[in-house]
Amino acid sequence: MDRSFDVIVIGGGHAGCEAACASARLGARTALVTHQAATIGVMSCNPAIGGLGKGHLVREIDALDGVMGRVIDQAGIQFRMLNASKGPAVRGPRSQADRKLYRLGMQAMLADYPNLTIIEGGAENILIENNHVAGIVTGAGDELRAKAVVITTGTFLRGLIHRGEEKIPAGRVGEKPAVGLGLTLEKLGFPLGRLKTGTPARLDGRTIDWASLEMQKADAVPVPFSYLTSRIDVPQIDCGITYTTEKTHEIIRANLHRAPMYSGQINGTGPRYCPSIEDKVVRFADKSRHQIFLEPEGLDDPTIYPNGISNALPIDVQAELLASIPGLERARVMEWAYAIEYDYCDPRDLTQTLESKRLSGLFLAGQINGTTGYEEAAAQGLMAGLNAAILAGAVSRETMTPFILDRSEAYIGVMIDDLITRGAPEPYRMFTSRAEYRLTLRADNADQRLTDRGIALGCVGSERETVWNTKKADLFTARQLMTTQLTATPNELEKAGIHINKDGRRRSAADLLAYPDMFWARLEALWPEMKNIAPPIQEQIEIDSLYSGYMDRQEADIQAFRKDESLILPENFDYQTVGSLSTEIRVKLTALRPATLGAASRIPGVTPAAITALLRHVKRRETSHVQDSDEAA
Amino acid sequence: MTETIYALSSAPGKAGVSVVRVSGPAAGQSLSILTRGKTHSPRKAHLSYLYDGEQVIDHAMVVLFAPPASFTGETVVEYHLHGSRAVIDSLFTVLASQPGHRLAEPGEFTRRAFENGKMDLTKAEAIADLIDAETQSQKDQALQQMSGALSALYEGWRERLIKSLAYVEAIIDFPDEEIPDSETAKAKPGIELLCADISAHLNDNRRGERLRDGLKLVVIGAPNAGKSSLVNLLAGRDVAIVSDISGTTRDVIDVPMTITGYPVILSDTAGLRPEAVGETGHDKLESEGIKRARARAQTADIKILVFDGTAPQRCSATFDLHDENALIVINKNDQITPAQKQIYADIPNAVFVSAQTQEGISEFLDVLSAKIKQVMDVPRGHVSLTRARHREALTHALGRLSHALNAPSPELMAEDLRLSARALGRITGRVDVEDLLDVIFRDFCIGK
Repeated sequence: MDRSFDVIVIGGGHAGCEAACASARLGARTALVTHQAATIGVMSCNPAIGGLGKGHLVREIDALDGVMGRVIDQAGIQFRMLNASKGPAVRGPRSQADRKLYRLGMQAMLADYPNLTIIEGGAENILIENNHVAGIVTGAGDELRAKAVVITTGTFLRGLIHRGEEKIPAGRVGEKPAVGLGLTLEKLGFPLGRLKTGTPARLDGRTIDWASLEMQKADAVPVPFSYLTSRIDVPQIDCGITYTTEKTHEIIRANLHRAPMYSGQINGTGPRYCPSIEDKVVRFADKSRHQIFLEPEGLDDPTIYPNGISNALPIDVQAELLASIPGLERARVMEWAYAIEYDYCDPRDLTQTLESKRLSGLFLAGQINGTTGYEEAAAQGLMAGLNAAILAGAVSRETMTPFILDRSEAYIGVMIDDLITRGAPEPYRMFTSRAEYRLTLRADNADQRLTDRGIALGCVGSERETVWNTKKADLFTARQLMTTQLTATPNELEKAGIHINKDGRRRSAADLLAYPDMFWARLEALWPEMKNIAPPIQEQIEIDSLYSGYMDRQEADIQAFRKDESLILPENFDYQTVGSLSTEIRVKLTALRPATLGAASRIPGVTPAAITALLRHVKRRETSHVQDSDEAA
Repeated sequence: MTETIYALSSAPGKAGVSVVRVSGPAAGQSLSILTRGKTHSPRKAHLSYLYDGEQVIDHAMVVLFAPPASFTGETVVEYHLHGSRAVIDSLFTVLASQPGHRLAEPGEFTRRAFENGKMDLTKAEAIADLIDAETQSQKDQALQQMSGALSALYEGWRERLIKSLAYVEAIIDFPDEEIPDSETAKAKPGIELLCADISAHLNDNRRGERLRDGLKLVVIGAPNAGKSSLVNLLAGRDVAIVSDISGTTRDVIDVPMTITGYPVILSDTAGLRPEAVGETGHDKLESEGIKRARARAQTADIKILVFDGTAPQRCSATFDLHDENALIVINKNDQITPAQKQIYADIPNAVFVSAQTQEGISEFLDVLSAKIKQVMDVPRGHVSLTRARHREALTHALGRLSHALNAPSPELMAEDLRLSARALGRITGRVDVEDLLDVIFRDFCIGK
């Protein structure tokens, strides 16, 4: 067996898969080390990919030729475009997944991925030479060497499952935790914290009374995640919806002293946006019921995931609780609910490339950085994998160009910037409200924003490059047509039955499309050339027009933002030398070492006055990064 | 698009000359509008009239610098104005209404100079102390302003805005939860109320009215105390414009003029009598005059209470109006006896003058100027600028709020509310996403 690689990725979850593939796509000889190859691509919690903000992340991963979008397109059993009734900027693709199809799809994708080797085993220790990562030692005592290592161990780092009074060390139910690696990181002085998350019981669908429940259907025409998927062939299923009852709430209230979060048995912080049913009942005492989605875990799998009632109550209480819910009175339980506590590393200890500031060559991605969600994990995996490969292939740090996305380019950029400047005081999840430039960062235009950057970097395969170049040319032609070639004066428009202010100004087809009462079909009657524009291209032009009134403003904001991002704070800068900083701010800046003036301004508690004082110490960024990304915007 | 920024570059307050600097791509356009299209050649001093529509703002020296040969590397126009606050404010009003113009942030000119490569690091360091000082004093001033009621008011608005925004964001980010779409409709009354409050605040700015209409000074006193002589003296002495005095002696006579750089309206009133006046004929007229005088005293910004120093006792009807906005003037000082002087010994800040000999008039003018400044100014720093910043931010926030009410979709409503919050954040500190999420998770049970 080959024991020497460019990049080693530890972990075969969503971050690990994406990291290993990204590294391999850049040509780095990559090893993925995991306890069991058969668990690669497993969905530990809810069987779904996408959602608001999360769907945006999947599209961005896909635009950089990542794998998550393509795999879910082969495994999705209930595609729904969330917020379809709202504007395109806040629409998020989501699909429930057939767990088995997803896992097998991911394993098939990785099995013949060029430059990628899969190795079964646990990583117990990290090899360090000259303050730089040199490889890992497996549980079996084998040394594997590499120039960069990506750790993506999810909840496995000293994972501890809680269920009532019961405590079981585990990474997932039935799988052993990564204890050795946790100890190694602690020994190296990594700032570890403790977080908590939970998962509901799994039910046997054959014992649920579906007839009494309201059902939710998939979209009639499923919209794929990947820009490479032309249509979805997987059969689509329905989900059930039920609700907790007053009786359910009584049972929970009567047994709170046996819930680990309330008995004091769990110390980790849980996510506010994904509260356990115990939390919901306590915090929203006036609500008489809480919604539960009953999600099938697969086409040929009777398992049902009851989304909305995660808890860590003892088994006898769980049984009573389920019986109090309409439709679940006689449901058989296949796996009981549990909460899991795990170690995470404070992500403020990472740079923009997700490399540790503490140990050169070591990258961290996914839940280990305090995030939740498959998509957040995969997106970090992608970025860590790319940058690990760049570092492994670089002649020197000074001459290499890391691959960084900023807040104006991608949700990925928003997430990483949030993590490294603010940390993760609670498990971090993506929301569209986190993105300042939400109208620009849409799920529908991820390819327009990112694929050219991926091509320039070399992480985009030829198939995608061809597809994108065709689309880009079509977009260009159509936009030219709509903004410069098809124009008319108010008088000409009036002859066509379109009444516009008679100001003598010529308006383009794109201008007209921005009017609230104007539709594509009406303009097509005037300009038959528009019929040649294909529907996906038409959709992009309609979106351009819809937001045109806000885009100038947003563009100005983005320019101002980029200006701050181009002002670099020197890496070894001594904040003691800046006289007018308060001690508190000086301590913060010294600990976090923001890369740019913009990043410094986003650190909580850093005042505008402090930023002004820092101004004289900044250097201008030398790269042409800003110009590159202008084309994509 | 780079915005064009402007600010007072010389020291704040009344001075011989004040310099306003405008920098940015549209600086030439605003110059052209202010000077009605007059051509200015770069790097030459021109003496030009500046107009606000039909009105002349000032006859000023103007220097245009073409890029890149300017301080910031952009188009820069320097206006050397007569150092009056009213002139500066008029110029700022015109500049604020020009497309793409806004007030400069602290240190922003230097920053642009640095960004445009006009300044190397050593130079930047040399003036860094200056920036620090500027920031420090501005911070102090901001803190001073922000303390107390105003701060509480703006902070309250910020919280309300976050709440409205959080409702809209919750609908956007959690579509599968049981949050009815009508929550956007529910956010509207809150936004409408906030709009009303901010508009009222912007309109109810007494200082703005004072600057526009003039500070109200009222001269009050017993008949023959020397009020009219004093008014004539003040009007004649100052170079300010004096309108034709008209109306009967029984009515209030308004004289617009400028004192210490501020526009004021000096009003002469009918003499107050301690004893009752009849209600018929001539008496009725006088009674009406006294009524009007008292009414003016009520609404005046500053009252000048004039006493006849030679009268056997001080006029109690006049003295009853004495409060913190009043100045006490004892006239006929040239004829006063020490015993008569003793009558006013208990009034610490009384000024003794003689309208006849002009003795004490210059001293009185000093006291009056100080009082005017006190009423118009917060003691330290260039408050006018800071307030203009507030006004600009509030106007912008208000505009976005009204826009939000008509937004066609939730994400555009949210966008307007965010822009509004950002504008408000320029006064109170930025609105953070975490603040929003706090409200969302506190008010909605989210998480399936």
